[in-house]
Amino acid sequence: MTKLMLALLLSSTSITSAFAATLPVAATDVSQSWDTLYWFLIWVSGIFFVGIVLAMIIFVVKYRKEVHKKSKYIHGHTGLEIVWTVIPSILLFVMFGWGWAVYKDMIHAPSDAMEIHVIGKQWMWQFVYKNGTSSIGDLYVPLNKPVKMVMSSEDVIHSFFIPNFRVKQDVVPGMYTYVWFEAKVPGIHQIFCTEYCGTSHSGMLGRVIVLKDDQWKDWQQGKKIDVDSLPADPSFPGFRANRLGEGMPSTAGTSSTSGGQISLAEKGKALTTAKGCVACHSSDGTKIVGPSYKGIYGTDVKLADGSTVKIDENYIRESIENPTAKVVEGFPPSMPPYKGLVNEEEIMAITEYIKSLK
Amino acid sequence: MSSHSSEGDLVKHGDNYINHSAGIKSWLNTLDHKRIGMMYLFTVMIFFLIGGFFALGIRLELFSPGMQFMTPDTYNRFFTYHGAIMVFMVIIPLIPAAMGNFILPMQLGAKDVAFPRWNLVSYYIYVTGALIAASTLFLKGVDTGWTFYTPYSIRSNSSATFVLLGAFIMGFSSILTGLNFIVTIHKLRAPGLTWGRLPLFVWALYATSIIQVLATPVLAITLLLLILERTLGIGVFDPKLGGDPVLFQHFFWFYSHPAVYIMILPAMGVISELVPVFSRKPIFGYKAIAGATFGIALVSFIVWGHHLFVSGQSEFANFVFSLITMFVAIPTGVKVFSWLGTMYKGSLRFDTPMLYVFGFLFVFTIGGLTGVFLAVVSIDVHLTDTYFVIAHFHYVMVGGTIMAFLGGIHYWFPKFSGKMYHESLAKFACWLVMIGFNVTFFPQFIVGTLGMPRRYADYLPQFTNYNRASTVGSWILALGLFITAYNLFRSMKTGKAAGDNPWGGLTLEWQTTSPPPFENFKYDPVVTEGPYEYKGDRIGMGINA
Repeated sequence: MTKLMLALLLSSTSITSAFAATLPVAATDVSQSWDTLYWFLIWVSGIFFVGIVLAMIIFVVKYRKEVHKKSKYIHGHTGLEIVWTVIPSILLFVMFGWGWAVYKDMIHAPSDAMEIHVIGKQWMWQFVYKNGTSSIGDLYVPLNKPVKMVMSSEDVIHSFFIPNFRVKQDVVPGMYTYVWFEAKVPGIHQIFCTEYCGTSHSGMLGRVIVLKDDQWKDWQQGKKIDVDSLPADPSFPGFRANRLGEGMPSTAGTSSTSGGQISLAEKGKALTTAKGCVACHSSDGTKIVGPSYKGIYGTDVKLADGSTVKIDENYIRESIENPTAKVVEGFPPSMPPYKGLVNEEEIMAITEYIKSLK
Repeated sequence: MSSHSSEGDLVKHGDNYINHSAGIKSWLNTLDHKRIGMMYLFTVMIFFLIGGFFALGIRLELFSPGMQFMTPDTYNRFFTYHGAIMVFMVIIPLIPAAMGNFILPMQLGAKDVAFPRWNLVSYYIYVTGALIAASTLFLKGVDTGWTFYTPYSIRSNSSATFVLLGAFIMGFSSILTGLNFIVTIHKLRAPGLTWGRLPLFVWALYATSIIQVLATPVLAITLLLLILERTLGIGVFDPKLGGDPVLFQHFFWFYSHPAVYIMILPAMGVISELVPVFSRKPIFGYKAIAGATFGIALVSFIVWGHHLFVSGQSEFANFVFSLITMFVAIPTGVKVFSWLGTMYKGSLRFDTPMLYVFGFLFVFTIGGLTGVFLAVVSIDVHLTDTYFVIAHFHYVMVGGTIMAFLGGIHYWFPKFSGKMYHESLAKFACWLVMIGFNVTFFPQFIVGTLGMPRRYADYLPQFTNYNRASTVGSWILALGLFITAYNLFRSMKTGKAAGDNPWGGLTLEWQTTSPPPFENFKYDPVVTEGPYEYKGDRIGMGINA
């Protein structure tokens, strides 16, 4: 028995590597800590499973009626029952705690993370960058730099999933959700939509294109990147990652609304004039009818009902769509709701404009 | 015997529940729990066949990447019908309403359930709801997935409203059956059948009934709100109307997570009956198993949030739900270990029901352990909404519930019919089911971990081999199930007479004739000891108490 255990332990590394092909490539630090935890779970549950099956086999051989004619009259064993309650409990709490530790790293983006907006719509991914450019299907990010996705949906719920980064987050209409990652492997990584969203759900694919420093600079300056020359998705050697619509009947009729060369914040500034916001909200700190935009982003403000709220993307969205829900103390609840009058991209641009007014 | 069913009546109408009265009307109007149980069984089996047809269609389309046999819209209808039919029309009523109706009153030593007329009403409510939902097959179909997530389900241009209405109506059947069982267990136990002597199948049905009564109304309200939102445009869930789509997920899983235990607890109850009988040994840790049953039922109400780890719910909620979900694994483990403990130093028989017990333990353990993966919040982030989840819940629902059901149906078949099925054919089918099941669903763990999302009409070519294996497995599984059905149907007519108690069971349903007479017992049974007291002469097969 001890020999068997020893052999098992010795071969454990080779078993692990044989099964490693069952996981996508770990292309971020978070994915690597995810993998370590995953293998821990595989080993613990593997031991339990083998133990249970082994017990069954031994009982089948030893206690079948042909060799064991009379059963023993036993009703239980308190000690044993305590053992098989307590030991799994301890293991489960270890798993929980470890899982939570990895989760915290997974969801808390570093404060210097670069933000990119993601809009999910049936059936495409649109990415909008700070400088006003946008892309559909392909998400361009720099290597070794933390990137934070600020995501919302224009229609139904989608879910943004990058297997190689072990991150996934639902993209919900009417609110913002976030995902962050710091890619360590240059080249292409697959994006899937993982919340069922209708006809072409399985065609709602995308690619993360991780660019090295010089390529990233080129791309930011508007130079075209030859994506086909970049390394293929390392999880599936021999297969190129798929982007939107390839191989699937694409019914996406919405035309791309690329922002051209003006930045997102500039676009937001223009919108605040066009939509009449500037009549009540200043950008220089002056109090007109409503609060000024200047320097408010990220601060806590006191509301008319006495509570406080942090001004973040979700608060700004709510205050545009349904302004009377949370009115800042000292201001009249006089703004009309803009729900349906501004679209997802416009809310995003206005939010960026407010953020830019430090 | 009570006064109105004198011996004379029994002689006049025949001596068992099948020939007690004749004609189709005598079945459709029956108040006999055994006949109602059989009617449930046949109806559920028809829907199992339809749900299985959709499953085979899904697997056929997924044999190769690209679209071969259907359009994406058709595929989306296939997986929606497969899920909705299997959950609402098959697995939820399968063991409680079909098997439970037949066995529960008999195990209590009662003549019927507490409210026989309500029992029949439950059946017809179930049939009405199921027919309304199934009628959409001939309308525009439904493509929302069985989970009806908003806002997609609000905007979906399909017959979703009728399916929602059907599920809403079937819920009442579930509530009424649950109430009926609770009252029956409280009021109709035979003299001497104390709480500590109840068979574990009864305990399982008791816990299940509590969940049915408490959780189903929440689903009813949720579905009703969704129906109103679809038809009248009230804004509860659609953000365009000021609603919250994630709220729907909370409401939905507040029912549907406990519903998972409506599906699995009765299955565990069946296993707890089979293991001692075929080990010829008292159950190991009776109180622990009964307690674990209630532990699972209790925890089931406060873990729904683990379905929402990536939905955008708060970090704190994820912390709490991940932690509480861990508690599900503890009582589940206690049960598995207790069943193994029962086999230890037993005198094991390997008749078909026991074969299914081994199959159950093998696959259910995998289903349970992979559930722990999904309870760990960070691990769930990568695995959720991929084929890993599909594999996990099929290991629990099919591997657990269907295996236990098949074990139970072979075990109680002689009681239902008085006949014995063909043993070696049944064993052969059992092996096919086991092999087919694992070949179908094990590759899905791997392909899910690699990243293949669920509900995909088409998939990337790198996932092809896993999907091919899965499709071939589904054919083996289907063959095994068809052979089982053939064997049982044929044996109802041509099977050998089984005798009253072929397994030497000690629970009360075996202490009467097979098939049982109208009102179950010729003499009122009196209970003097626990249900699994295998010792002395009773260790051998076929020796009655």
